[in-house]
Amino acid sequence: MKRFVYADNAATTKISEPVLQAMLPYLREEYGNASSIYALGRRAGQAIKDARETVAKAFNAQPDEIFFTSGGSEADNWAIKGVAHAMAQKGKKHLITTVFEHHAVLHTCQALEKEGFEVTYLPVDPMGLVHVDQVAQAIRPDTALVSIMYANNEIGTIQPISQIGALCREMGVLFHTDAVQAVGNVDIDVKEQNIDLLSMSAHKIHGPKGTGVLYCRRGLRFPNLIDGGGQERGRRAGTENVAGIVGLAKAVELACSDVARHTAHLVPLRDQLIAGILQIPRTRLNGDPIQRLAGNANLSIEGVEGESLLLMLDLAGVCASSGSACTSGSLDPSHVLLAIGLTHEVAHGSLRLSLSDETTQEDVDYILQVLPGIVERLRAMSPLWEKICQEAN
Amino acid sequence: MLYSDKVLDHFTNPRNVGEIPDADAVGEVGNAKCGDIMKMYLKIKGGIITDIKFKTYGCGAAIATSSMATEMIKGKSIQEALQLSNKAVVEALDGLPPTKIHCSVLAEQAIKSALADYYRRQGVDPEPIVGPTGECSACEDL
Repeated sequence: MKRFVYADNAATTKISEPVLQAMLPYLREEYGNASSIYALGRRAGQAIKDARETVAKAFNAQPDEIFFTSGGSEADNWAIKGVAHAMAQKGKKHLITTVFEHHAVLHTCQALEKEGFEVTYLPVDPMGLVHVDQVAQAIRPDTALVSIMYANNEIGTIQPISQIGALCREMGVLFHTDAVQAVGNVDIDVKEQNIDLLSMSAHKIHGPKGTGVLYCRRGLRFPNLIDGGGQERGRRAGTENVAGIVGLAKAVELACSDVARHTAHLVPLRDQLIAGILQIPRTRLNGDPIQRLAGNANLSIEGVEGESLLLMLDLAGVCASSGSACTSGSLDPSHVLLAIGLTHEVAHGSLRLSLSDETTQEDVDYILQVLPGIVERLRAMSPLWEKICQEAN
Repeated sequence: MLYSDKVLDHFTNPRNVGEIPDADAVGEVGNAKCGDIMKMYLKIKGGIITDIKFKTYGCGAAIATSSMATEMIKGKSIQEALQLSNKAVVEALDGLPPTKIHCSVLAEQAIKSALADYYRRQGVDPEPIVGPTGECSACEDL
């Protein structure tokens, strides 16, 4: 029986019912402008205040350290460009990041390089982990910021953020982390972990698209993102997306209050999925098997190309993603897969299945039921697979 | 990525997939690094392509253009096959997304490469008839 299985939760998630219910009043009767003086406006203002407190509490931050943005990319841009420009005035024009960041970070760093900043792109090991000693070695007297993602969006590896945070604090360097994929998967405490800036997005945790957060430690000074009215304490002007902010806060509250349950539900399903796919000859797991997001399975299937795999899976009702060149719109496969040392050929055959709290045992069984036949069919018409088999003999 | 219904049809039910063990000509283009390889097998009798089969490793567009290209030259003369352009294949598929146009070049190249092999087997220098049958320029850059 054909099913619909949504296994691309690292791309985006379905909005959850409690989130939708929390948002609806602010799309209907509670349409007030949060800056207005009358009761309708005050209620909107109160909703934003409550949302800010909820988000702050989830990460052990203060409400005045939380800035609502349009999403993760905006938060990344603001954090990195903002710190870079502020620190440049003190003569610090060096940034440290990694080669396998999300493009919101990588392209931001590249834009800063064009402005004259110097950026060190740290390598990651074959499992997709950043080494703290390499961060330490890269820090210089003129380093303005270290920006390292909490968990990788493609291969799901979770980085040693607490150690990197401690190191940066000790060395007197600001530390930013893109936690878009990590929120809800790990307990985050910005104080304990010495995180100065953190980006997150609501739509990865069953919240609405177009809303995110930049956490910025109190006392950190950097340029406003949008000049205008006094919203977001004057740092990011523009009438607030009240419904979006309320939805984000609900999503954060739900995701962060249940990390243990989320992990306990997903790890066995993920591991079954990985073990099942590894039964197919000439497949490999990408990323660390343990230091890994609970819902992330990323494997390479030799002899097939990722996009054709996705199209076949779609016909079978399964939504997934791939790091092949053909899905990236360029001729190169995913920079993440190349960073962990995969050849172009193996990277082109990558498949990412990302699960959520809504994923069931039946979903996993179904994927494992349809995938081998699809792989067999594509391999049967693949001259590359023919070559691989000839070389093996 | 928006594919036309025709592309999806040819991807889902590709025509002429397989090999011809006693082929009169075989051509292969593309490379694994680039993400697509096309292999064409031809049977040629009296200057007519009487049978054609293909194997393709690649994206949906690569598989669909292979399938469409084989349909377009099956039963045609060598001269007609040589005139098949990637543009004609793309049009027959009701278009391809802009980033996928280079995949269609590969189908045209695979046919030319097979026909070059045919001439070589006859002891004829294919270059003046078929023209250059190199890799697509995008693949060479990698």
